[in-house]
Amino acid sequence: MNLRHTLSVLAVLVFVAAFARGNSEPASQVQDRHLNILYWQAVSILNPYLSGGTKDIEAASMVVEPLAHYDENGGMVPVLAAEIPTLENGGVAKDLRSVTWKLKPDITWSDGTPLTAHDVAFSGAYCRHEEAGCAALASFADVSAIEALDDHTVRITFKVAKPWPYGPFVGSLSPIIQRQQFQDCLGARAQECTDQNFGPIGTGPFKVDEFRANDVINYSANARFREPGKPWFRTATFKGGGDAASAARAVLETGEYDYAWNLQVEPEVLERMVAARRGELLMGFGSQVERLIVNQTNDDSSLGDQRSLYLDGTNPHPFLSDPAVRRALSLAIDRQVLVEVGYGAAGRTTCNVLPAPAAYASAANEACKTPDPVEANRLLDEAGWARGGDGVRTRDGVRLSILYQTSTNSVRQGTQALIKQMWEAIGVETELRNIDAAVFFGADPASPDTFQKFYADIEMYTNNFQGTDPEVYMAGWACDQNPGPHNQWLGTNIPRGCSDEYDALVEQFSVTPPGEDRFRIAKRMNDIIVQNQFVIPLIWRATVSAQSSSLKGVRMNPWDSELWNIADWHR
Amino acid sequence: MIRFITRRLMFAVPTLIAISFAIFALLDLAPNDPTGQLPLTIPPEVRAQIRDSLGLDQPFHVRYAKWMEQFFVNEPLNLLEEAFDIEIGASSERPRIRSWATRSPVVDIIAERMPQTLWVVGMSYVFGILIAVPIGVISAYRQYSWFDQIGTFISMVGFSVPTFFTGLLAIILFSVMLQWLPSIYDTTHEVTDLSSFWVQVKQMLMPVMVLALYNAAQLSRFMRSAMLDNLNLDYVRTARSKGLRERAVLLIHVLRNSMIPVVTMIALGVPTIFSGAIITEQIFRVNGLGQLLIVAIQGADIPLVQTLTFLFAVLIVLFNLIADVLYGILDPRIRYD
Repeated sequence: MNLRHTLSVLAVLVFVAAFARGNSEPASQVQDRHLNILYWQAVSILNPYLSGGTKDIEAASMVVEPLAHYDENGGMVPVLAAEIPTLENGGVAKDLRSVTWKLKPDITWSDGTPLTAHDVAFSGAYCRHEEAGCAALASFADVSAIEALDDHTVRITFKVAKPWPYGPFVGSLSPIIQRQQFQDCLGARAQECTDQNFGPIGTGPFKVDEFRANDVINYSANARFREPGKPWFRTATFKGGGDAASAARAVLETGEYDYAWNLQVEPEVLERMVAARRGELLMGFGSQVERLIVNQTNDDSSLGDQRSLYLDGTNPHPFLSDPAVRRALSLAIDRQVLVEVGYGAAGRTTCNVLPAPAAYASAANEACKTPDPVEANRLLDEAGWARGGDGVRTRDGVRLSILYQTSTNSVRQGTQALIKQMWEAIGVETELRNIDAAVFFGADPASPDTFQKFYADIEMYTNNFQGTDPEVYMAGWACDQNPGPHNQWLGTNIPRGCSDEYDALVEQFSVTPPGEDRFRIAKRMNDIIVQNQFVIPLIWRATVSAQSSSLKGVRMNPWDSELWNIADWHR
Repeated sequence: MIRFITRRLMFAVPTLIAISFAIFALLDLAPNDPTGQLPLTIPPEVRAQIRDSLGLDQPFHVRYAKWMEQFFVNEPLNLLEEAFDIEIGASSERPRIRSWATRSPVVDIIAERMPQTLWVVGMSYVFGILIAVPIGVISAYRQYSWFDQIGTFISMVGFSVPTFFTGLLAIILFSVMLQWLPSIYDTTHEVTDLSSFWVQVKQMLMPVMVLALYNAAQLSRFMRSAMLDNLNLDYVRTARSKGLRERAVLLIHVLRNSMIPVVTMIALGVPTIFSGAIITEQIFRVNGLGQLLIVAIQGADIPLVQTLTFLFAVLIVLFNLIADVLYGILDPRIRYD
């Protein structure tokens, strides 16, 4: 036998041996207690204060924890805190200007040192440092001081009366980080603390073993986790990258992964995957509403730098300032069709910009769920908009011709095409435009294509609010929030509509403590926005994730990190 | 030869500076924003603070000068420090190029990604060459035979069907229907024994083969036509009439001469290994340099995009030079001086 033959026989033997071993490996207990999570956006950093991206916040939520979480119904559950402070138990001061949290006793960090109120105070100071560029700064709005009263008590003081004092340290956006680890990372230094940002020490059920930026994280169970016997999984892998459809496939069809996040994929694609019966879809209906924003100011390009500016009401839109037109546009839309085509089980029709929590949801607008093009046509006829030879309505030389923009996304373009047809039926002409999401949502004051500049008649996107309290969200439609050069177009009242009653309610809302009054005011504010059709709500959107059939204990949570109760997950 | 190389290297410096400026200016002019992908619930004034903390409040020329300093001075110094375990000056005060998304040094991320890309994309390149050369040789030698026709058909398929199609097809066939191979590449997998080696082979199989098909398709056409050019030349007839065995004529005389343009092609293609196969990496989640680039572009992570694209530019300039030098070594008729 010559050398070449010997070598090739050897090669075959090696191959066979490897194959045999590879296949004979039993599915051991270790594999069984390993959790595979797939997020199609890869995690960049494990410090939620420096990111703001949902993927980063959720990956970090397995390690660092807040004082309290929101549960799947929007209620609060204490995590590191012993109880939720309220007016009744004295945790919230009578003047609503401070809140005092008590920590559970004997909680330790994964490195064995005790958690104290000083860590909480430090976490606040870390985020509130003006050079830090902290993404969770909005959670600390109006905070004047965060101080540790003793090792287990921390008091947060506000500059103004805060009827809803649960901004700081509630929910995964603002967790507690370890002072010992981060004390040299304050302010501008935060950018340079790579080891800390990639491997925060936490109190949560898992600790970071290995982090590869924009790729993968390996976790192992935190042996010092406060609840004995948890987490059930000994190790976890958090893989990132790819696209939503293939992430869904990895859970629902090939079964390689146990959990996949944020699967906005065409409903028929998901249905086909679910038919493989290896896993199921999870829906969480939070506060996300896909809506049309109706420009109340004139966006005509001949206006130059006066385009889409409110200018104290002297720059009204040529036809969208007519309530009859706005009402007709809303009446003509068959929301059920939009849901069926673009969203499936992940969407419901809605007529509110504030659809949840249930206590805040207005019941006054349900009629819009039934489309009524006949009534829409009648309204337009009555208002004097007569159809021209080409079927498009005009009045005094003004044509009902709409430029309708949104971000580039196949579901959104599908919705655009459907709405264009529905409006054609009432004699409204529509020109469609889509803009890359990074530009549209980019807020670059030099770009004419941002959603804030709004150089169009109607635009569409989804918005929601953090946590369960809509105060900041609803205040965004106050008249003084109109975008314009005075605020680098960073205002939040994108429709640029104004109502004195609304502005008064914003004031009132900011001093009303939780209870019936607060709910009633929020509903009224919602009604003003949607009954004037400044905003036309379309679809109440769920966040969609998928889990394998073997995974138990997942409670899909639209109000907080989806991984909020990962300590309870098991097989 | 030495003079030629030094002259070319000196020309490369202004070229690269011009390229770096062009990349920086393009990225700066692009209407993109690092906070653009953040949830809308983050208010505008917080976004403004985030942008300031990333240094975006400074004017264009200051940012460009800073990047130049970091790339050409600080990073090389840092490399030296790490290589020899020494400290040059106040190294902790020297700013490094940091990614905006991860806040970690860009060079470290690139170094972490390099192995995956070199293994998967490099391997596919090697396989592509190993498949393409014999196919090219035989197709040319037996022109218009069945083998040639089939080879032409396969390389046409490889040419015209994009990898995002063949990749998905492979996943649906081997992962979804047959369940033989994993559809997601595990970048943390370590080869320690035979069974883990087998796992590695299984997870590399699909991406490597999909890319190899694509590479082989291009190269085999090139190989075939180079062989055809040579087969009809006088020296081949001379060799045959000397009584050389057909095998020696083909594999020693014709193949060597035909390899000259093919080797140049292969050398010019090497930079594309580093830039990764963006689409294939994304489909199989190999998460190498190509995936890194695409994530960085989507997230407007300008320091990372800038550094990566500039490194690719350096590689392209370098391998162009190597191809030219190889040409001279392979073909003694070519003289540079």
